[in-house]
Amino acid sequence: MKSLAAGIGKYCLFICCLLACVVQVKAQTDADAIMMAKNNFCVGGMYSYSSWKNYWEGTLKRDNQNLGTVSTKMIGVMGNYGISKKLNVLFGIPYVQTKASAGTLHGQKGIQDLSLWVKWMPYEKNVGPGVLSLYAIGGISVPTSNYVADYLPLSIGLHSTNLTLRAMADYQVGSFFATVSGSYVVRSNVTIDRTAYYTTEMHYTNKVSMPDAAQFNFRVGYRTERMIAEALVSNWTTLGGFDITRNNMPFPSNKMNSTAAGVSIKYNVKQVDGLSVIGGGSYTLAGRNAGQATAFNGGVFYILAFKSHKKITTNTPEKK
Amino acid sequence: MRKKILFFTIAIAAIAIGLPFACSKKVDGRTDNLAPLQPAKTDADAGAWKTVLLAGPTEFAVAAPIATTTPDYIAQVNEIKTWQANITSAEKDMVKYWSAGAVLRWNEILRDLVAKHNLPPYQNADGTYPFPSANNPLAYPQFPFANPPYAARAYGYVSAATYDALVAAYYYKKLYNRAAPYTVDATVTTMIPKSDLPSYPSEDAVVEGVSVEMMKLLFPGDQDYIQQKAEEHKRARILAGANVRSDLEAGEALGRAVAQKFVTRARGDRAGAAIGTQADWTKLETDCIARGEKPWYSLEVPKRPPMLPLFGKVKAFLFDSLTAISLRPGPPPLTGSSKMQTETDEALNYTTHDTREHYRIVHFWADGVNTYTPPGHWDAIAAEDFITKNFSEVRWARNLALLNMAEMDAAIVCWDTKYFYFNPRPTQNNPAIKTLTGIPNFPSYISGHSTFSGAAATVLSYIIPENAAKYAAMAQEASLSRMYAGIHYRADCEVGLTVGANVGNYAVNRGKADGAGN
Repeated sequence: MKSLAAGIGKYCLFICCLLACVVQVKAQTDADAIMMAKNNFCVGGMYSYSSWKNYWEGTLKRDNQNLGTVSTKMIGVMGNYGISKKLNVLFGIPYVQTKASAGTLHGQKGIQDLSLWVKWMPYEKNVGPGVLSLYAIGGISVPTSNYVADYLPLSIGLHSTNLTLRAMADYQVGSFFATVSGSYVVRSNVTIDRTAYYTTEMHYTNKVSMPDAAQFNFRVGYRTERMIAEALVSNWTTLGGFDITRNNMPFPSNKMNSTAAGVSIKYNVKQVDGLSVIGGGSYTLAGRNAGQATAFNGGVFYILAFKSHKKITTNTPEKK
Repeated sequence: MRKKILFFTIAIAAIAIGLPFACSKKVDGRTDNLAPLQPAKTDADAGAWKTVLLAGPTEFAVAAPIATTTPDYIAQVNEIKTWQANITSAEKDMVKYWSAGAVLRWNEILRDLVAKHNLPPYQNADGTYPFPSANNPLAYPQFPFANPPYAARAYGYVSAATYDALVAAYYYKKLYNRAAPYTVDATVTTMIPKSDLPSYPSEDAVVEGVSVEMMKLLFPGDQDYIQQKAEEHKRARILAGANVRSDLEAGEALGRAVAQKFVTRARGDRAGAAIGTQADWTKLETDCIARGEKPWYSLEVPKRPPMLPLFGKVKAFLFDSLTAISLRPGPPPLTGSSKMQTETDEALNYTTHDTREHYRIVHFWADGVNTYTPPGHWDAIAAEDFITKNFSEVRWARNLALLNMAEMDAAIVCWDTKYFYFNPRPTQNNPAIKTLTGIPNFPSYISGHSTFSGAAATVLSYIIPENAAKYAAMAQEASLSRMYAGIHYRADCEVGLTVGANVGNYAVNRGKADGAGN
């Protein structure tokens, strides 16, 4: 199987500084139908910049002159290793920095959550005119530092440990493909620095019960050995939680929802075997207790082939 | 291959559905599962304790109860038995909740409402700000905006009124000496610890009645919630076998009557005019400039009128208005002085060295938007310590009244000081100071948190002397948190603690003379 890799990160899924960006749309190896070949290791760095001026306070769209534009910068390292052509493991770890352009609130920065994924492709077969492949993906993300969760919208994350279970299907006809995936995200409770807080009622504890979330991702595009160009739609829906009340600050257990659309490109550099560059952008179309973020990202990845295997640099899943 | 797909699908579905239920996320609050209150001593003579506003315990008459041998009383006992025979698990939970203590639970409800309403109104389209209206509490912005001074006053009134009402109740308890239903009829099941304190009038219903009546004034838009709690409370007392209906009716009536006296005082205590007018706000600024000082201005966009600038004129509980003014400290460093520059630099230095531990301290004590405010935080601290002391209801009320009258009066002296000097916040002096929490919308000198905490630590150290060092350390940390956050100068915090302690001492002196002892 000549599969290949773009070790793009999932970071973004976890940079859900809720108000910042619940969902960023970009190539994500944990949500795309690309598998690394056996003993190949794709590793790289990514940068992303996301910002919003307007946000949804509950369902009410507004701006906030005491925040101005809230921006999130992320640099991350991520990798993807092929245990076999059907089983890959992935990791990612981002450094995140937030800032508000107006008002007086202090921005935050720090190493956020380490995420680890297992991606399994149990099925790949010619079906009709194309190739159908199915995937089961499991991931866990764990905060790597004691960053402040209860300081939204400037927190770098929500500090919950998340377990993601994803089912994904990909169908490719010639150079055209479509991928759809759905996920359930189990989120652990978080501990905050306050000993009491108000949601829709008073809580006398520093523990916050975090609602789980569902994720949906649909991507369609063009995929060849040289490049992938795709359009994506992604949705994050919090299964529970409460709305930000009028003119209040956000809280980690808010009902944060977001739907974003974007494009992503990955290009395998012809001159250097194993080198690829990626880039993309996204725009939040709809949300609830979330910022209307515009995001851009770019990255460089390189494939290391272990055990003297030849580097495989194409994107096209092998047709059987 | 189909089999494989089927297996795969089922496995994923099973995990996705099963996992969320595998581990419960329910979070219990620290006071959710308390043992029933079993007072270490009944304080049966509390009817002789010194009241706050009442001329004495007999200002409001409570009629003599019917004898326990009358058919009416026996019918009331039978009402208990009937309810107990059909008790549901929800009702058992209700009994458990309320048996932790009436004063505690109604103080928690008050904190709950303060937190709910502690939200600054959003601006109008023209950049001005709307103010809540007590006459139209449900319209946006909802009444009240329960900011720290409003909250301090609310805690003060409810606690003082509760105390006076309970003193009167304990007087009548001793006078009429009608035993509890479980003493009269041994076949009544009791779901709470038995007490030899006479049950007429019911101390629980007194607290419920006084709280409901006070909250009509303070939280007029939340009557449905308050009434629901009141009904549950009374029902819990009958279900528990603790009171017959006539105990409750007499207690509730007494509580409401006493509350009326406090409501009348509140309507005339000048808090209603504390928002001031544009002319007042302008005068504060021009007076400050006339003194040769740089005036405070709002750092919000659009600029918000200062919070309750005339709150310093509110009538205090513990001292008269001249004494309130005498408690105002001397001036802060002049805005043009090198001392002020040094203190501004110190604030900047704290914010550029924003350690994780500083965030913990700042956020632990911030008690800002949508919280129960610093006085509410000190009530929570006090309550969790009082729980361990097994105070009687009347002693709970007395101790919370001392604490909360001090907090209200600390707010008065602090707000008087803030608007007398009208001193800018550090960020106004140096916009490079980015703060670790929101900047409150009122002048800097003196720190409200420091004043509240100095007062609270002083009062609580009197009530529970063995915790004095702990309370002093907490007050110190609360005060420092405002410097770490970059929202206060050192002078604001240090002087604030001292002023707070001075106010607190008035409550301590009152406590020493009220006949309750410790």
